[in-house]
Formats: sequence, C-alpha cells, structure tokens
Amino acid sequence: MSIADTRARASRLRPLGRMVAVRVLGVLGVLFALSILVFSMMYLAPGDIVKNLLGNRPANPEVVAAVREQYRLDDPVVVQYLSWLKGFVTGDLGVSIRLQQPVADAIGDRVGITLALCLLAFVVAVVSAVPLGVRSAVKAGGWVDRTGNAMSILGLSAPTFAVGLLLLYVFAYYLPIFPVYGGGDGGIDTLRHLVLPAVTLALGLGAIIVKLTRTAMLRELESDYVTFARSRGLGERLVRRIALRNAAIPIVTGASLVLTFLVGGTVLAETTYALPGLGTLLQDSVLFKDIAVVQSLTLLVAVVIAAIALIADLTYILLDPRVRRQMGAAS
Amino acid sequence: MTVLLSALTVHGPAGVMVEPIDAEIAPGATLALIGESGSGKTLTAKSIVGLLPRGFRATGQVSVARQDLPVTRAGDDAAWRRARGSSVSLLLQDPFTSLTPVHRCGDQIAWTVEVAAGRRLPKGARRAAVEERLAEVNLPARVADAFPHELSGGMRQRVAIAAALASDPQLLIADEPTTALDASNQAEILDLLRRIQLERRLSVILISHDLGVVRGRTDQVLVMRDGKVVERGATAAVLAAPEHPYTRALIEADPVVAARTGARIAEESADGSAEAEPLLVCEGVTKAFGARTVLDSVDLSIAPGAIVGIVGESGSGKSTLARCIAGLEREGDGRIVLGGSPLAPGRASRTPDQVQIVFQDPYSSLNPMMSIGAILAEALGVAGRAASEVPAMLEMVGLPAEFARKRPAELSGGERQRVAIARALAPQPRLLICDESVSALDVSVQADILALLARLRDELGIAILFISHDLAVVRMIADTVTVMWDGRVVESGPCHEVLEHPTHEYTRLLVAAAMRENAVPADGKD
Repeated sequence: MSIADTRARASRLRPLGRMVAVRVLGVLGVLFALSILVFSMMYLAPGDIVKNLLGNRPANPEVVAAVREQYRLDDPVVVQYLSWLKGFVTGDLGVSIRLQQPVADAIGDRVGITLALCLLAFVVAVVSAVPLGVRSAVKAGGWVDRTGNAMSILGLSAPTFAVGLLLLYVFAYYLPIFPVYGGGDGGIDTLRHLVLPAVTLALGLGAIIVKLTRTAMLRELESDYVTFARSRGLGERLVRRIALRNAAIPIVTGASLVLTFLVGGTVLAETTYALPGLGTLLQDSVLFKDIAVVQSLTLLVAVVIAAIALIADLTYILLDPRVRRQMGAAS
Repeated sequence: MTVLLSALTVHGPAGVMVEPIDAEIAPGATLALIGESGSGKTLTAKSIVGLLPRGFRATGQVSVARQDLPVTRAGDDAAWRRARGSSVSLLLQDPFTSLTPVHRCGDQIAWTVEVAAGRRLPKGARRAAVEERLAEVNLPARVADAFPHELSGGMRQRVAIAAALASDPQLLIADEPTTALDASNQAEILDLLRRIQLERRLSVILISHDLGVVRGRTDQVLVMRDGKVVERGATAAVLAAPEHPYTRALIEADPVVAARTGARIAEESADGSAEAEPLLVCEGVTKAFGARTVLDSVDLSIAPGAIVGIVGESGSGKSTLARCIAGLEREGDGRIVLGGSPLAPGRASRTPDQVQIVFQDPYSSLNPMMSIGAILAEALGVAGRAASEVPAMLEMVGLPAEFARKRPAELSGGERQRVAIARALAPQPRLLICDESVSALDVSVQADILALLARLRDELGIAILFISHDLAVVRMIADTVTVMWDGRVVESGPCHEVLEHPTHEYTRLLVAAAMRENAVPADGKD
C-alpha cells in the first residue's frame, strides 16, 4: 500500500474517529446522570438496610448504631454519593453489604453466565428468525409464512415465565433431556443448562426479528432492482441475496434494539431457571437496598446497551455506502 | 433472429387487460409502443419477460429467433431462467431504483455476465468483461468500483444498459428508458441505445409516452389506449398522417410539436406590462449547502400577471430558487422583494397571500387521509376564508363539486394536480410557483393543466413562476424564460427569442433537446 493510499484511508477514518469520540463522551454523560438517578431512587425507596442486614436477630440500639456507623449510613446523602463516586472512578466499586464481598467479585462471578445466556439466545433467535423471515417474504401467503406468523404472535404474546415453565415441563420433566435448574459446572454442562433459558428468551426475540425481516424483505422484493435483476436472468438465490443485503439495514437496526432489550431482560429467565446470573443478582440487590451492587450493575447494563447501539451504527457504515459517503462529506 | 409476437394477450383479475397484439421486429429494428399511463404498454413489456404482477397472466406466443418464450407461464422461474438474459432483457425507467444501492456497479454488470456464461468467472476475467461492457456504453473503467449513488442519472442509466446487455440478449425491452432523465441526457442515452442496437443487430421494443423519443429513432409504432392497439404503422407515416383521433390528439398535445410549430396555450401578455412595477424582484440571491454553492447571485424579475419560465436540469438550482422565494429555504445572501416590500428569509414573517407553490408529484403532495373538501377547507381557513367556498374553488379548477367528498386515491393524476392548484390558490396569493407541476403527467393531461394555468392567469391576474426541465413545455405557456445552469442564470428573455436565437451553449443544448433533434449524429459517435 502506497503512502497516498494510507493517507486517503486515514482521512476517510477521521470522521469515524470523531463520531466514536462524541458518542463515548455522550455515554459518559448519560452514565453520570444515571448514577445520580439510581442512587437517589435507592435512597428514597422504602425499606431499611439495617433491618435487612440484621434479619431476625434482635435489633438493640447499639447494634443498629454500629451497623450505621460501619456503612456510613448517617452521612448526608450527597456525601454518601460522592464517596461512592470517588471510589467508582478510581476503580473501587465498593463492597456488597448483602453478600459481604467486593462488588467487582460479585459481578465477576455471575457475568459469564448472563453473557453466555444473552449470546446464545441472540444467536438462536437470529439464526432461526432471519431465514424464516426471508422465506415468509419470498412465498408470502404460503404455509411457511402462515406458520411463521402464528408462531411470531405466540412468541410475542406469551410471557417469558410461562414459556419457561412450559419448556421445563416438556423438556426437563416429561422428556428429561435438559436439566431443570442451575448453572452447571462449566463447559458443555453449562451450555446444556443454558439451552432452555436461551430458547425461552429467543422465542420472543425471534418473533420480532421474523416480522422485521419479512417486512423489510417484502419491500425490497417489490423494488425495481429486483425486477431488473430477474429480467436479466439472475437466479432466484442470487436475487434473494441481493435483496437481503439491502434489507440488512432495517434488520440490523431491529436486531440491535432487540438485543438491548434482551440485556436488560434476562431476569425473568434467570429466575425461572434459577440461574446464578446478573439478573437475579440485580433483583436481590434491589430488594435488599444493596446500593453499591445496584449502581455498578445498572451502569454496566447501560454501558453494554450503549456499546450495542454504537456497534449497530458502525455496522450501517459497513452495510450502506450512502451512509459512508455522508460521513465523508461531514469531514 | 426475428422477434414475433402473435396474439399476445394479458389477462388480469378483472378480465382482459391488453387485447391481442401481433407484431414482428426484425434484427436491428425498433418497435415503439406509445400510449399514456393505463394503456397497457408496461403490462405488455412485463408479459414478454415473464414478470407480470401476481394475479395477471399472458396468453399467445412470443418467439425470439424461432424459439418460443414461455410467456404463458409467468412465475415459473425454472422455465424462464434460460429465456431471460439470453433471449430478452428489460431496461427500466428509473436508473435511481433499478440498480441496487449497496452493490458496486461492476458487480451488478458481472452478475449478468456470469449468468450468461453459466459459471463464476475468475477475478481477472470478470474484471475484463466488466470493463469491456462499460466501454461499450462509453463509461471509464473506474465506474466498476463506484456505487450507483456516486454517479449521475445519465451514467447510472448507462450502467443499467451495460448490465441489461451483458448477457447478449436478442431482444431488449426499454420501458420509458429516458423519462427520469434530464433533457440533455435523454438524447445521449437514446442515441447510445440506437448505436449499440445497430452494432449488435438487436431488436428493441421502446416503450414511451413521449412522441419525441419515438420520432426518428424507431421503425414501427403501435399506439395503445386502454389495452387496445388503436393505430399501427411505420413511425414516420403515423406521426405525419395519424388516422385515429386519439393519435391525433396525442400529437397535438405534444410540446415538441408545439415547439416546432410555435403553437402556444397561453396568450403572450402585452409587452407593456414589462414597464409596470415588477411584482417580484430577486437580486443577487445566493445559497450554499455546506461547501457547495447551489445559487450563485441569481437575478429574476416577474411582472404582474406574467408567466415566467425557469428551465434547467436537476442540480441547476431552479427548485432551490423557488423554495427561497416561497420561504421554504433561507437564502444566504441577496434580496427578494414582493410588491415593493422586501421578504425576509425563511417562513416566519410570511403570510399565505404572498407566494404559494404547487409541487411535482400530486400523489404525495395531498394528504391521503383527508377528503378533497377537507384539504381545500383547511387551505381556505388559513387565509380566513369560509369552507363554504370549497365548491367555488373546485369549479375554478374545472372539477365538479361532488369531488369534495372524494379522497386523493380516487382521483387521477391530472385531477389531483387540479386539487393541488386549487389549494395553492385558496389564500389568493399574488405569485403562484409551479415547480415541475406537469412533469409527472401524461402529455394530454399536461396540456389540460397548462391550459388551466393560462386561464387562471387571465381570470385572476395572478403571476406564475413556471419551473420545468423541458424548454418545450415552458415554450407553450411562458412569456419570458430564464435558463439556469449550475446555480447561475445563463440566459433570459422572451420565450420565442431564446428558442430561436439561443446565445449560450447550454441553452442551445436545451433547445435541441426540446425539439428532440438528435444532438449527436446517430452514426455512433457519442
């Protein structure tokens, strides 16, 4: 590659870098606002962490005072927030009051299983829904289309926990193929434990992606370039590939939205299947008023969602030369 | 190698859509199908490539070089696979939509090459084949790496022609191949098609609503109306001595014919009016979008009651000027004065009785959810006029009062454009801007709308700024014409003077296009 090529490439990448930088700054602002919001909501929510900590033990005033002293619960709320913020930006996420372990460890122990669950659910949804959507559009009104449509309505309207219970009943109880609960001992065993929860989540996701793909493909198949391609004798498979490549932009948008929804929504599946993931951790921590864990988890979810949105935007640039050109023109 | 159509008939859900057509096209010859929208010409074209919409089917026979096309088996892809591409190809109207926007032009041509070859080609051979096809349509090799949006309309249509012909078909159907292009590109594309056709001994079916496209470039013509062939014969003979009243009406409505004979729809306004205080004056109007200057110090003057034409191709800045005058864009510099008082840029200080605008596409400019009556009542209300005036507004544009209850979808294109004109006139503006307002209409409807505009000018004394890419259309109605090119005014003056004695080179090109003279000799030098 010559120097001129490198330079041309660098000048093309510059607006891209600027876009990423602006987005990262924006996300930092959102995280800051979010941390204040969550902190104050946790502070204002009913419930008393001291009672939660002491449980059924008799709560005499000295013990209560000692606990309040230990966790600095008597400081003004602003001081409490600032000390949390100071720790957070220096990399100290604090200690979980409920679990009596550092927040980083509590999250680290569970993040793997939730990520694996999301990834598996997303892959199952995309791999089954996109071809089904394409097929439904190509033979609109055919039996695949009608079956797919019925299944999408089912997938969209059935609540996650109901689907989860049904799948458990059929595939873990009647036909004991998959385990009933828990996260397994790692590797293949964990994968086996994740199949049912992933399918449960994938059903709702897939339903949306089938609909999106079908609509986008129907529109593309109606367009002039498809008529022109067919009139030149191009094979139906190539024509479909061309149309899908054009439909990819709305599909990616939809899929990325669905994925962000998924990241925030694993809690129901984790509860149904008793998976020790982040969803259950968040639920328990909120109930216990374990502020440090809730703060870190909400911010983590926010970062993941922002990252997915950014990746989706970068994918458009990859998929659509017209967007690429606008980026170039903006420089 | 002859193409034969025998008793080719198209049936739709409501019975016969196109009555039996017989025709014979020799190698290197062109058959023209002319008619207005709804005449069945596009259905005929689609039946020959087996791409009829769902619910339609064809009967009869089409043979190309003694081989029958499976015309009766629309939708049967297996049967059509071999016929499409190698026997027949279809070129569509709009090069902006007939190429896929996310694939490089070279790939789109290569697909056809590979279909014809029946296999994937190695990279080098593929590239060589694409470059050869590009050279045939006079495009440089670098176009192979470009995406369609990086090319002009004319270049895109060349790429589409290269892609359509890359499988070496014996019959090419070109469905309105130049309708979406600027006047200066139209002749180039038609001459290019003609040259390639003669070189390859290709049979062509050229579909058009535009007699100017057909004249001098086709051998035989079929005039279609409501699914029936009403007249047929050698093109020159039919155009010179039409027998059917419909053909005669089509020819009379054709702006090209009018431009040649000097026939006009509007009376030219008396020269004295030019001395009166002008209604609208634009001085040094300048506008830039980012780094690109789209209006470069434009001057324009419109006398009260005058019809002023602006001609130019897309990108010339004519629409941007109209939008600045209407307050829809904010000019960067310059002055716009209406009736002696300056108009501030933007919409904020405008009142509806100053300037109104009628857009090109009557299908998208009317709200489909509102009845015609509600659309007009809303426009009347803006100017403080009562909804009871709706019937009078409809009558003014030549529509019956019952139309108030209809919705836009129930109206034809011409009727919708009449509604759009009534809506624009509801606030009683002093200046009406028509931005390509007749460009989307069939020629006979176009002539009716032009006559309506001329009558409204006479009755209401309103001034009209008439914008078009076609000098022939402007010639029929405008008193004076301003020619714009690349954001600047290159020429202006009374219509007949500009047409007869164009001084700027670009105007000469437009005049040639308006007369549908072959700007380039048809011997193949392009």
